[in-house]
Formats: sequence, structure tokens, C-alpha cells
Amino acid sequence: MTTLQAAAPPDSSEFVLNVNDLVVHFEAGRKRPLQAPSFVHAVDGVSFRVRRGTSFGIVGESGSGKSTTAQAIMRLVPATSGQIVFGERNILDLTGKGLREVRKHLQIVFQDPFSALNPRRRAGEQIREPLDLLGIGTPGERDERVRRLLAEVGLPPNAANLFPHQFSGGQRQRLCIARALAPEPDLIVCDEAVSALDVAIQAQILNLLKRLQRERQLTYIFISHDLGVIQQFCDEIAVMYLGKIVEQAPAATIFAEPRHPYTWSLIAAAAPPGPTREALKQHYLVKGDPPSPVDPPPGCRFAQRCPSAVDQCRKSLPLQESIGTNHYVACHRAAELLPPSFDG
Amino acid sequence: MSTLLKVENLSVGMRGSTGVVVPVLENLSFAVEAGRTMALVGESGCGKSMTALAIMRLLPEDFVVTSGRILLEGEDILSASPKRMRSLRGNGISMIFQEPMTALNPLFTVGDQIGEVLRWHSGVGLAEAEQQAIALLRAVQIPAPEQRVKAYPHQLSGGMRQRVMIAMALAGRPKLLIADEPTTALDVTVQAQIFDLLADLQKETKTAIVLITHDLGAVAELADDISVLYAGRCIESGDADSVVSHPCHPYTRGLLDCVPQLKLGPRPPQAWSDLAEIAGMVPPLGARGPDCAFLARCREASELCRSRLQPALEPITDDHAVSCWRKSELAA
Ligand SMILES: Nc1ncnc2c1ncn2[C@@H]1O[C@H](COP(=O)(O)OP(=O)(O)OP(=O)(O)O)[C@@H](O)[C@H]1O
Ligand SMILES: Nc1ncnc2c1ncn2[C@@H]1O[C@H](COP(=O)(O)OP(=O)(O)O)[C@@H](O)[C@H]1O
Ligand code: SF4
Ligand code: SF4
Ligand SMILES: [Mg+2]
Ligand SMILES: [Mg+2]
Repeated sequence: MTTLQAAAPPDSSEFVLNVNDLVVHFEAGRKRPLQAPSFVHAVDGVSFRVRRGTSFGIVGESGSGKSTTAQAIMRLVPATSGQIVFGERNILDLTGKGLREVRKHLQIVFQDPFSALNPRRRAGEQIREPLDLLGIGTPGERDERVRRLLAEVGLPPNAANLFPHQFSGGQRQRLCIARALAPEPDLIVCDEAVSALDVAIQAQILNLLKRLQRERQLTYIFISHDLGVIQQFCDEIAVMYLGKIVEQAPAATIFAEPRHPYTWSLIAAAAPPGPTREALKQHYLVKGDPPSPVDPPPGCRFAQRCPSAVDQCRKSLPLQESIGTNHYVACHRAAELLPPSFDG
Repeated sequence: MSTLLKVENLSVGMRGSTGVVVPVLENLSFAVEAGRTMALVGESGCGKSMTALAIMRLLPEDFVVTSGRILLEGEDILSASPKRMRSLRGNGISMIFQEPMTALNPLFTVGDQIGEVLRWHSGVGLAEAEQQAIALLRAVQIPAPEQRVKAYPHQLSGGMRQRVMIAMALAGRPKLLIADEPTTALDVTVQAQIFDLLADLQKETKTAIVLITHDLGAVAELADDISVLYAGRCIESGDADSVVSHPCHPYTRGLLDCVPQLKLGPRPPQAWSDLAEIAGMVPPLGARGPDCAFLARCREASELCRSRLQPALEPITDDHAVSCWRKSELAA
């Protein structure tokens, strides 16, 4: 168990979602017959809490477990262990009616708006679908809500009668957002929701999401690999590496005083052009790919690539520890390693 | 340095069902020298991929070059025979496609696919091709290349697949490499690695690179020159530093402004302020008038713009040209 919960007692009204030591393993076959199967450690003991009405960002390299975390929260993949407390209930324990009830309040928007939509159904029907499935409102009220939602996400009223291929990429993402909003959720997970869009449409969608957040007190879990977007959009940020959260802090802290060597590498890769960028890349950008998530070795997951690794790193797993206000880091050497200088 | 690729007044049209040809690209001109990189920038639908496909002579059916010339080391490739084109695509020009999964064959190993290019290009035998494929995988920094050479595309991560695509594109020792959004789908660390890799390889091979992207800020460092496309027309071009630090066309400015820039160092927590947007969208094919293509979305549009045709791309300094009626006021 991490020191996360010990750090501050959760106030049930402040936090919408409380993820506690979440583990998601996928079976990866056996190396030899009769041997025990191997497992992909996609998410390996992840804990975080999301404050009501805020945006919680998750960043990290491809394959670090961001989407799997999101899908476990949505109950789209089975969790191996852990708790996901939403409201008062652990949603991993829910079935049938209880699960349907919770699903109204939790929605997801994916990266690829095209494959997320049914190509053979009209836009209006697709927005209506969650209302029908969850039995929300009378049929007349549902039609009215579809009309209102289209307007709210900036689509023309006749959009209801069109098929997905008749929309542009940006409009399709607006459609997905309208569908996610339909059951009036409290929390929306945006998994790379703007990553496939070009920069101009990305700005429109981000502005739309923020407006909706203000108007509806929405909470977002916002997954992205674009640090510039994450910094602007999110209040708190978690950095994932190979199934673990290695650092977590408010946006203003993590880009001022990052404390984990992997966070440094991410920042070095994304630093704005200039002499600071060159110095950061030189000192902090790591090479190569992360190791395989199948049966990872003991010790710090980053040890193979970490320029600061010492013997202890390869032997024992660093736990998340509090090092400042809402700032947590999982690194044996966090206390002694100084954060990079950003003044060039 | 010699000019390797020269595109002169290239126009491409799409033949509609009624036989009318609607413009897709209009009067594009640019040049790339050996060992240099030119970025083609614009929103989706502006014609970046069409420009690349025209150079590769791989335009889809119904798309035709309606005027202009494309010169590769002085040779007009628009009039090259199909046989000559095939040989050029093997030896002279390579392309990294937007979607690596569709460009790699899922049924063959990475080694088979790189090896095929090598055998075709330099006529080496099977064993030698595999050795060279391993060397190329190592050059693009794929770990354990001896094993990876036997992997199928689905067994690699997105970043590795993209590097395999680069290895394949380099196998033919191209003089010109066209990379269509090679990193859009990748995360930042991989993107930085791939850009560094391209720059390193370019230093050795003197390959000319045409880099296609919608994110102007992301390529500023890698590119020597930039051409910004809007609705099939080049609206601003020039030296990369000059275009990025002194953008003049309202569209170029809009593209730079709508991207949130990462800011490092201590700063007070800030409330969200809306990102700058470019209102509206790129006009679809067939809906482009004779006046300034950006008129409908332009904040700077004046009466003057409404009463005139598309402005010509004209120099504002030695190494920077803009297509805008108000360029002198805006540049000031
Ligand atoms: N259904 C599955 N079966 C087996 N392994 C899986 C499955 N889904 C995900 N994985 C593995 O789990 C790990 C985490 O994957 P995940 O999709 O969560 O990554 P991500 O952080 O979202 O990456 P990206 O940035 O590429 O979207 C990866 O190693 C992936 O290959
Ligand atoms: N196969 C096609 N059939 C019809 N129109 C197409 C086709 N491919 C592209 N287009 C249109 O041609 C224009 C330029 O497209 P493209 O070069 O792919 O843009 P970019 O690469 O800049 O996103 C766009 O208006 C696009 O919708
Ligand atoms: S625990 Fe060791 S290997 Fe891991 S990030 Fe810290 S210093 Fe590097
Ligand atoms: S010519 Fe006029 S409408 Fe066109 S970009 Fe310049 S200012 Fe805007
Ligand atoms: Mg993902
Ligand atoms: Mg394209």
C-alpha cells in the first residue's frame, strides 16, 4: 500500500473518485507448456484521488498503462485487485442494477472518434442510445435532450440525421462528447480525446470541454501525451511509467519542481525550443524503449534507463512518498537528487 | 548545395462525376536542397498529403496534375515513364506514410520487408539482405535488432513501427525522403527520438527531407525552411526561424497561437483562459472561391480583401514570402 491515503484523510465530498492500489494484469501465455503463465503488468498498484470539478491529467509513454487505468475505471477491463471508490461505493464490487446506476455518472471519450461511433446509425440515435439503455426520461424528453446537446457541443440541429462519415474529424469528436454528456455524468474520462485532431480543431475541442466543465461542474480524467496541453488543461497531474505512477503533483508544481528522473526525461523531450531545451535534452532525456511489461523485474521500473540508478534501485521497489503539498514521488533518491534548472 | 527537388507552379485537380475538375492544389512552388529539411505545414485537408503523393506520382484515381513541373535533380518526374518512376521510388525518393500499420505488411516480418527493398535496390542475396536489415534497425535505434528483425509488425510498439518505416525508407538510400506526419500518433519522448534520428541520419547521408505536419511549433527546430499551405495554396514560406518567430500571415499566426506552449519553471497557478481558436474550418474541395482562401476565417480581413482575388505569394524579406493583401501592415 502506498503512503497516499496516509497523507491526508479523504473528504468524501471533495473527492469524486478514489483509486486505491489498482492492479490490472493480462495473461500473456506461457513461455513453456506446464509452466505458470506470464502476465502483462499493465497497471500495477496505482492510487490517486480526483477532486470534484477539476481535471486530473495522466501522462506517460506509450504502453505505460494510462488507457488501461481509464478502462478499469469504466469497468471495460476487469481489475485484478484494488478499489475504485466513486461516491460511497467501490465500483469494482457492483453488478447489475448498481453498475448501471453508476455508469450514468461515468463516461468516456476516446482518441479515435470514428471507430468509437457506429457507422450505420444516425448521430441523433447514437446520442440517444445511452439514454435509452439507462432508461433516462420519457421518449419525448430524450428527443429534446438530444437537440439541446447538439447545440451545446456546437453542432447544427440537422446533424441528428447525419451518419458519422458525413462529419469531419472535429465534428465527430463533438458528437462523441455529446453522447458522453447525455446521461449527465459527474466524471468524464478523456483518453487522448484531442490527440488525433489537428492543432486548430484541438483548440476548439479543449475550449468546449472547459466550457462544459464550468457549466456542469464536470470532473475530468484527462489522458494525453502532450505536456503543453496537459499543463494548461489540468489541475493535478500523474506521471505513469510501466504500470506505476512515479510522480503526482499540482500542475504548477510538476513543471516547476519535478522530482522524478522519468518526469525530467518527459519534460526534456517536450521543452520549448531554445538553449534550455538543449541543456535539458543533454542531461535528462533517456534513450531506448521501456522494458517489457511482461513479468517486470523487481526494483524501480525505470532503473534500466535511469541515469541516476544505484544498486538499491534494481533491488527494491520505491514507494510513493509525500514530498510537498499534494506532491508525491516514487524514487529512492528523491531526497538527494536536485530538480533540473529551467533558467538555461 | 544543389537543389535536389524543385516543385514549380504545381496544380492538382480532382475530376468530379460531371467531369468538372476542381482545384486541390494551386500553383505550389518550393525547392529543397540536399541535406536540408523543408516542412509542409497546415490543418488537415489543406493538401499536404496530396503534395507528397503528387511528388511520388501516387495520386489517387480521379486526381490529376493540371499544370506545373516537379524536378528531381533536374529531371522532370511528371514525364518519367512508369518504369523510370518505379526505379526512382526504389532509389531516389522514399516516403514514410501517415499510418505505419497500413504501410507495413502484417504477414511478413520486419526483416523480410526491409530485405525486399534492399534486394530490389542493390541486388544483394537473402543472407546479406538480412545482415543489412539488422544494421538499419540498429541505425534507427531499435533495441535487440537481431531478434526484432524476425518480428511481425503487430509485435512492435507504435514508436518501433515508425522506426521500422524509417529504416525501410532509408534502405533504398534515397536522395529525397518524404515523411507524412511521422510522429503525430507518437508520444513526446518517441517524437523527440525520431526527430533526432532523422537529423542524425541526414547529416550522414545528405538526404533532402520534406516533413509534413500540422504542428508548426513541433518542427521549428528540425526544419530549415517552412511552407504553410492553406486550402491547397501556399500562403507563407521562408526560412524556418523567420516564419516561426515572425509569422506574418493571419493563418500562420493562428496555427502557432492555438497550441498551448509548455512553460517551465515557477509560475503562479493559473485559471484556465480559452485557447486562441481559428474559427470555422478549411473549405472543402469545390467550395474555394477566387478570392483569398482564408477570407471567411480571417480576423484581419478588410474591405480590400473582399474586393480582390487571391493575393500572390510575395517576398517581405530576402528569405520570407507571404500571400496576404495586408502583409505590409501585419509585418510591421
Ligand atoms: N487486452 C490486453 N491484453 C494484453 N495486454 C494488454 C491489453 N491491453 C493493454 N495491454 C498491455 O498493457 C500495457 C498498458 O497498455 P495501455 O493501453 O494502458 O497503455 P497506454 O499508456 O494507454 O499507451 P498509449 O499511450 O500507447 O495509448 C501495454 O503493455 C499493453 O500492450
Ligand atoms: N481519396 C480522396 N477523394 C476525394 N477527396 C480527397 C481524397 N483524399 C483527399 N481528398 C481531399 O483533398 C484535399 C486535400 O487532402 P490531403 O492532401 O489529404 O490533406 P492533408 O494531408 O493536408 O490533411 C482535402 O479537401 C481532402 O478532403
Ligand atoms: S529509484 Fe533509482 S532508478 Fe528509480 S528513478 Fe529513482 S534513482 Fe532512478
Ligand atoms: S488577404 Fe485579407 S483575408 Fe486574406 S489573409 Fe490577408 S488579411 Fe486575411
Ligand atoms: Mg492509450
Ligand atoms: Mg494527410
